[in-house]
Amino acid sequence: MQISALEPHRLDINIDPCPKSGGRNVFFRGDLTIATSSEADSAMDTIDCGQQESICLNLTDVRRFDTAGAWLIYKTMRDLRFEGGKVSYTGATNEQETLIEQALINDAPCAVSPPVRNSLLAQVEDVGEATVVIAENLGSFLSFLGLVLMRLGQELVDLARWFLTAIPARLGLAKQRKPRMRITSLFHHMEMVGLRAVPIVGLICLLIGVVMVQQGAYQLRQFGAEVFVVNLIGIAGLRELGVLLTAIMVAGRSGSAFTAQIGSMKLNEELDAMRTIGLDPIDTLVIPRLLALFIMLPILTFFADIMVLFGGALLSWISLNISPSAFLSQLKEAVLVTDFLVGILKAPVFAIIIAVSGCFNGMSVGGDAESVGNNTTRAVVEAIFLVIVVDAMFAIFFTYIGW
Amino acid sequence: MGQEDFAIDVKGLRTQFDDFVVHDGLDLTVKQGEILGVVGGSGTGKSVLLRTIIGLNKPAAGTIKVFGQETEGYSGEEYQRLRQNWGVLFQDGALFTSLTVAQNVQVPLREYFNMPQDLMDEIASYKISMAGLPPDAGPKFPSDLSGGMRKRAGLARALALDPKILFLDEPTAGLDPIGAAAFDELVVRLNHTLGLTVFLVTHDLDTLHATCDRIAVLAEKKVLVLGTMKEMISFDHPWVWEYFHGPRARAAMP
Repeated sequence: MQISALEPHRLDINIDPCPKSGGRNVFFRGDLTIATSSEADSAMDTIDCGQQESICLNLTDVRRFDTAGAWLIYKTMRDLRFEGGKVSYTGATNEQETLIEQALINDAPCAVSPPVRNSLLAQVEDVGEATVVIAENLGSFLSFLGLVLMRLGQELVDLARWFLTAIPARLGLAKQRKPRMRITSLFHHMEMVGLRAVPIVGLICLLIGVVMVQQGAYQLRQFGAEVFVVNLIGIAGLRELGVLLTAIMVAGRSGSAFTAQIGSMKLNEELDAMRTIGLDPIDTLVIPRLLALFIMLPILTFFADIMVLFGGALLSWISLNISPSAFLSQLKEAVLVTDFLVGILKAPVFAIIIAVSGCFNGMSVGGDAESVGNNTTRAVVEAIFLVIVVDAMFAIFFTYIGW
Repeated sequence: MGQEDFAIDVKGLRTQFDDFVVHDGLDLTVKQGEILGVVGGSGTGKSVLLRTIIGLNKPAAGTIKVFGQETEGYSGEEYQRLRQNWGVLFQDGALFTSLTVAQNVQVPLREYFNMPQDLMDEIASYKISMAGLPPDAGPKFPSDLSGGMRKRAGLARALALDPKILFLDEPTAGLDPIGAAAFDELVVRLNHTLGLTVFLVTHDLDTLHATCDRIAVLAEKKVLVLGTMKEMISFDHPWVWEYFHGPRARAAMP
């Protein structure tokens, strides 16, 4: 009789006393499969077996039978025998018997979950382990940073030498060697990191400018000093908001992109292939990305500063009745060149942090796809965290030198 | 045969990762122009050995000489010139995924030489056809190729600079029997026509029978036995015996 694969699994269990042996017969009717295994298991649990009691498991009316069912039968026999009963099964087809034998063969203790640790101790252990890992990572990060900066210096010197020997080489006085810097790659990344980020950086800074002015004006209205909202957006925008928002946005866009690109290449053994061909991954992959960020982040910051002020001016005009010319003249009064410089000078430093974090995490990807994902997340979080920490340090520094 | 006649000469090699020692006191020689098969159980460090010889891994002890030159202690340009002597085919090809097949083959050319683009294109198409790829494979990206074609593309790139030694890491893994046999044929043909020395890490008994002049068995952290297939079959060691006489081995024997 063909059973449709779509027919739901059903199991009926009847336990009847057996007049002949004085024990019990357990009749299984229907499907003894994984779908019905939990009901079968709970039914079997209710059987308490007396010493020397004979229990017979009758499988004659069992239709569908799989390894879970076989395991259940085997387990029931094993446990009831342990309690002292005389257990057997009957009515099994050859295939069913083979499965039950397999269950016997595979009955070996198998650890399924890792050993349970004392939860308090585990917390302490985890903290310790995490600290060690952070310290090791910091060490690797710093050494990678040093290696990259050193290599960057070498490439820049090489480029300068190429430049300076351009004319003498044409005159046949000196040999001009191809510079190590990958210019095409550099421009490609400058476009991806800088140009493509313009719309989103512009939009975000515009909106933040609007929000800041709105919030600031609300507070200053109490003192009738609404016009000083221009000072607020000018100074805060140029010193902090423009550069931080740009850095965070770029860390999210480009930092993660670097990690994912380089991490996938590592996974695909492309980095190894490069090394065997004689290409240094740092020269080929890291330096162009680092330099692209180094050049484009200050430019993006400049653009971001303008958009923040523009957003502020827009809201001031619409909602506070401060005309653009009034805005500009108040801005000129409030803001100094040093305010602008403070923001712009932070940008290259943030660029190095983001690029190194992205590339370092890319190169330290492990052997599987999950590692790429984890490292990408870590790269972005690390970059943003370091950017904000360094920003705070810069704030102290600039205050100290009076800017 | 003098020392200089060995393509690869490894003496007393010790590799370890942290505390885990993979090889200890490993000696291996590869004669010029021969195809050497390297076999061993999983975890015996076949790939580690290959990676150490080509310089991706630093040995903890021992010397590695390629064509009589020690591979340690080189830097910059010298090492680049040494590296041009060998080409490596990684498992699954390790092609640069953002470049076409032809561009992949041209990477070593572009890196070391200042050639005009048409010359590079011609050399690339010659290598691509030498590797047994159809002529329309050049402009395709690695993601458009099947596994077998990716390996051939990787082979074309490994041969771009006409290296003297070819390193192959499990080249027939994942290939159907026809593709694997064709790849074996290709390797033997290249060995005959170009005089290439081939260092072949493999599990494939058919490849071993069909292509290798000598076979090295890695076990117990060193090279247990190094010899021809005949010598392997008669070597008295339980693992070696099972490897070359097990059910699959008998099917592969000619």
